[in-house]
Order: sequence, then structure tokens, then C-alpha cells
Amino acid sequence: MKLKRIIPLFAVIALVVGLIAGCSKSGGSSGGLTVIKIATQTPLSGGSATLGEAIKNGAQLALNDQQKAFNKKGFKLVLAPYDDMADPKKGVSNAQAIAADKSILGVVGHLNSGVAIPASQVYEQNSIPMVSPANTATAVTDRGLKTVNRICARDDFQGPAGASYAVNTLKAKKIFILQDQTPYGSGLASAFRDEAKKLGATILGYQGITVGEKDFSGVISQAAATKPDLIYYGGVYAEGGLIIKQARQQGLNIPIMGGDGMDSSTTVQIAGSAVKNVYFSTVVGDITKTATGRKFADSYKATFHKNVEGYSAYGYDSAGVLLKGLMTAIDKNGGKLPTRQQVTTAVRGVQNYDGIATKVSFDSKGDNKFAKIYIFKFDKAAYPATEQTEITKQ
Amino acid sequence: MLQQIIQTLPQVLVDGLTLGFIYAVVAIGYTMVYGILELINFAHGDIFMTGSFVGAGMLFFLLSIGFMSSVPSLILFIIIILVAAIVTGVLGVGIERVAYRPLRRKNAPKLIALITSIGISFILEDAVRFIAELKTGNYILTAPPMFQHRFVLNVHSVFPFFNNATFQSSFLVVSIVTIIMLISLDIFVNRTKWGMAMRAVAQDRETASLMSINVNRVISVTFFIGSALGGATGVLFLIQYGTIDPYIGFILGIKAFTAAVLGGIGNIRGAMFGGILLGVLEMFAAANLSIITNNAMDSGYKDVFAFIILILVLIFKPEGLFGKAAVEKV
Repeated sequence: MKLKRIIPLFAVIALVVGLIAGCSKSGGSSGGLTVIKIATQTPLSGGSATLGEAIKNGAQLALNDQQKAFNKKGFKLVLAPYDDMADPKKGVSNAQAIAADKSILGVVGHLNSGVAIPASQVYEQNSIPMVSPANTATAVTDRGLKTVNRICARDDFQGPAGASYAVNTLKAKKIFILQDQTPYGSGLASAFRDEAKKLGATILGYQGITVGEKDFSGVISQAAATKPDLIYYGGVYAEGGLIIKQARQQGLNIPIMGGDGMDSSTTVQIAGSAVKNVYFSTVVGDITKTATGRKFADSYKATFHKNVEGYSAYGYDSAGVLLKGLMTAIDKNGGKLPTRQQVTTAVRGVQNYDGIATKVSFDSKGDNKFAKIYIFKFDKAAYPATEQTEITKQ
Repeated sequence: MLQQIIQTLPQVLVDGLTLGFIYAVVAIGYTMVYGILELINFAHGDIFMTGSFVGAGMLFFLLSIGFMSSVPSLILFIIIILVAAIVTGVLGVGIERVAYRPLRRKNAPKLIALITSIGISFILEDAVRFIAELKTGNYILTAPPMFQHRFVLNVHSVFPFFNNATFQSSFLVVSIVTIIMLISLDIFVNRTKWGMAMRAVAQDRETASLMSINVNRVISVTFFIGSALGGATGVLFLIQYGTIDPYIGFILGIKAFTAAVLGGIGNIRGAMFGGILLGVLEMFAAANLSIITNNAMDSGYKDVFAFIILILVLIFKPEGLFGKAAVEKV
């Protein structure tokens, strides 16, 4: 009986000790350097954790690379990773936590447009600059928020670029479209649909599926009955991989095309050999084509013991842009810690930043003038896919 | 319009039956526990999920020791499904012991047990996720393909207004195994002594205990059977769809529970029928909803359609299709 009473006591003691230890760590400065935190907000758990972690690791690497330059000015960079769980509610509550932590001067994120849109309202209220590596939905920058920037292309460009490749290069005449009913998936799919129609293709169907399910054979048999020569899917790999597999099982050996949400090694894992003849458009190119890209891939592997994902370099570049803006703001402020407003203005002002994956110049809305769309194809059941072509914004 | 619907009917039926069989067996787990304890065991969907992960783990283990090359995949499958069923059965009994029995002994309100079961379901999800991530670095597991041979059901040559249906041999495996499970459960409940004890406890726990029935043991057996069936279905799910994650139990559990209500909760045959009906309805809606509504609703609304049917059934028959109306004896 006595033991039973002691156990809760231990629990309380452990909690108190933990709290005290936790408090002492989060002091304002360390070793005479002022701490500047850069937050990442990406899904680190849930169905798209692979992509979210790639962004986080990319940003971490950028911080590591720039650490020395900032140390010289008397600052220490610390990454504060937050898990938005691909959930808008979680994203907003994290954003509030970020706003409350005064040492955070910028955010790299999000992966999902559906999370970025509500969370960026909080950033805007607190003027925390956000640089997005992956949010392609048009509404992200079209709201005209001062804090919101992105280095990737927009949906209203990714969809049409995919459509022009499907219709002009793959000669698809009859297209069946599926989408996952999220802002990302339906935005991409409807942009694809409108452009494909304009280019003269027939749209046989435009159907939604539910995220989190595993059986899509109902809607696939509907697609099969209309005998399309291309299926387009707007959504992420967890469902996309299964759609590919189940379409092949029903004898649809036609090209299947998707957006950047399909750009993951997990697509190949799920779909297996069915992944052959699958195309996807993405905002992220094959970085291993250039020498700097290969060097990045090597140091990424050495640091995290994982291979680079498509978004790793974009996470790196987003953080890089943010740090460039931060450095400018520090210099303008006479080497002192700048305010969040100053950093926001400096980040929006970044021009001709040469990143690993892309060159970055922000326009007045926060879109990148140099954003490109790349078309990839899986020739065999292996990741990464091979780059087919790149389509530049006009 | 009608022609288009009829054309895809064979394929819809094949896919709907696959999904329906899985719903049916999981629904049985809900209905059995409800029948005996009047407890909605929300953790059951996650026991199903745990079963699929145990199966996947076993499969990877047997592959790594090179077992697969020496035996046919059917034997491998039987070993895996048995192991998964036993592990989840024991897990189910353990959950009952640790989480529900103490509450029952203290005569806690049923709502408390319900909340406990929701808590257990979160614990299972995250425990499985943790283990899977620790072992593979990714909690979306994809099993090596088994039973992938493709069959084409040539309906078109017999009935020219139908399109052909295609299915994989895994469909046969799923159907045969679930039918075996359903029939043997039905025999067990209706023909054996233990089954009789179970039915007695379901009718009146106190009177049953006066008739020298060990109520706690009967409840344990019920949990074992329900959970073992759920776990085995998890393996079937793995074979059929190839990819699993720790969250498959949630949506599927809710739908199986719906199926149990549709068939009349507490009634085992009702759960079987309700599951199959719900699977076919859902698949039918996914394939045809946009054709029926002339593109006003796309197939994303398939669950709405299935649940409208449920509500309609419950309005006219609140006890479910197979349930008996409760007669209050005064």
C-alpha cells in the first residue's frame, strides 16, 4: 500500500525536476551569442512525414552552413522544428506558439497549402516572415500578405504545365481526373482540367476520393469504363500509390500523371512495379545534375544518414533565403538584433539569390520569378524518377 | 445512364464484396462485445490494425530467414494469419482484463468504459506507429506482393450488357477465409456449449452466473474470439491492399461499427449481412454517384450516400435489419 502512494510522489518530483531543467535551458543567450531561432513547420508525423522531414533536414543543413557567418556577428542560429501533422488546427496552434517565442525570426514551411493558409494569418498578425518551400496553392500568396513568400511555383502554373505536357507531348486526348478534395489536390486538378480542355482534350470525369482510405477500386472501375488514355491525380503519394496500383490491377496500363505530391520514394514502395509509366510534374528539379547539387546530396547523406528527397533542397533554399534576408536586416540595423518587421521587409526584398535547387527573386506578392516546373517519369520501380523536361514560367 | 451503371456492375460487385467481407468480420467484433457487455469497444478497429501489422512483421521476419522460398505462399499465409489471430486475440483479452474488467467490478457507468476504449485505441495507434517507425523508419508499410495473379471474369461474352470484371487471387483468398470464419463462428455460437454460455450471458448476466456459468471467463472468450477475428481480417486487408498504416483502423472501425448497427447491434448474422451490404453500397456509390446525380455529386460523397441509406433503414427499423425490437417487460 505504501508503495502505491510513493509512485505518484515520484511522478510529481520527476515532473518538477523536468520543468526546472527545461526552464534553465531556454535562456536568452548562450556563450555570449544572441540566439536567433528559425522555425520549421512541416508534418513530421502522419501520411506525409517523409516530405516534411526532408524540408526540416534541408533547413537544418542551411543553418549549419551559415552558422559561422552569424557567429561572427554575435548571433547563434537554432532550428526550432514544429510538427504541423498536416493538420490546419495543429498548424495554427503551432503558429501561435511560434509567435509567442520572441527569439523566432522566421518560419520555413509548410508542406500543405491547407495548413499554410490559416497558419500564415497568425504569422501576418505577428509579422513573422514565412518562406514556403512547397505550398503551390494560389491563395497562399494571392491574399497579399506581407509575410508570406514562396520559392516554388504556383498551382495555376503546375497544373497547366502538366496539362501541356500530357496533351502536347504524351498526346492524351481523353483524360480522367481524380483529386483528394484538399485545397492542394483539387486546386491542382482543376487547374489541370481547365488547361487540358483549352488544349483540346476531352475530360471524361472529375472525381473526388477520401484521404486515409485504402480502397479506390470503385472510382477506378468508373474510370476504366470510360476508357481514358491518361489518368490525372491531384493529391499525395499515400493515396496516389494505391490508385496507381489498383488502376493497374484493373488493367489500365495507360500513363498516370500527378503533381509534386507524388514525388516521393514511398510512391514507389506502395505501387511497386505498377509505378512504371507514371509521370508527375513537380516544382523540384533533379539537383544531382549539377556539381553543387551533388555536393549538397553528399553532405545531406553524411549528416542525416538518409538520401535526399525532392524537397530537401527546397527546404535548404527556403532557409537560405530567410537567412539572407535576416543577414540584410542585421546589417541594416547596425549589427543589432533586428525586429520581426525588419526581417519581413528584408526577406521580401531578396533578389537573385542563387540556391541549390532554384534561383530566387520575390515579386511584390511573394512569388518567385524564377520558379520552374519539371516533368518526371518513373521508368522502373525505383526512386528517384528520371527528369523528362522543364517548363519555365513566362 | 442506366447502361453505364449496368456495365460496371460486375466489377463493382467484386470490389464491393471484398470490402464488405472485411467490414463484416470487423463488425462481428463490435457486435459480440456489445451483445455481452453493452459496451461499444472502439478499440476494436485498432485491434484490426494491430493484426495487420503483426501479420506484416511476421511476413518480413519469415522472408528475412528465407522461409518464403522453401514453402508455397499459401502455407506462409496460413502461418501468418494464425499468428496474427492468436496475438490479437491475446491482446483483446489483455485489454479487457486491464481496462474494462476493473471498471465493471466497480460498476462504473457505461460511458466510462466507452471513453476508456477510445483511449485504448489511441494508445494502440501510437504504439504501433512507434514500433513500425523504429524498425523501418517509415510507418507506412508495404508488404511484398502475394496472391497477385490477375483473373478476368469474362461476363461480357455471356451477358453482353456487362463489362468484364478483373480481380486478383487475393480476392479469392479474402472471400474464402472470411466465409470460413463466418460459418465457423456461427456454428460455434449456435451449436457449442461455450456458444450457449455466451448467449446466456448476453441475455442476462446475473441469471447466467446463477446457472454456474463463469461470466468473466465467457467475457474473456468473447474478447478473444472477436479480437482474433479482427486481427485475422487485418492480415486479409494487408494481402488485399498491400499497404497499411497505423490509422487504417479508425475509418474502417467506424464503418464496421455502422455495419453492425445496420444489421442490428448484438446480432452476429446481422453484422455479417450489414458489413457486406455496406461494402457493396459504398463501392456502388463510388462508381456511380456522379452518373446518377449528373455530376452534381462526385464519388467523394460515397460515404454520405452510404450513411443516408443507414439513416433511412434506422428510421423505419430502429433496431437494425436483423435486430429484435426490445420489449420492455413491466
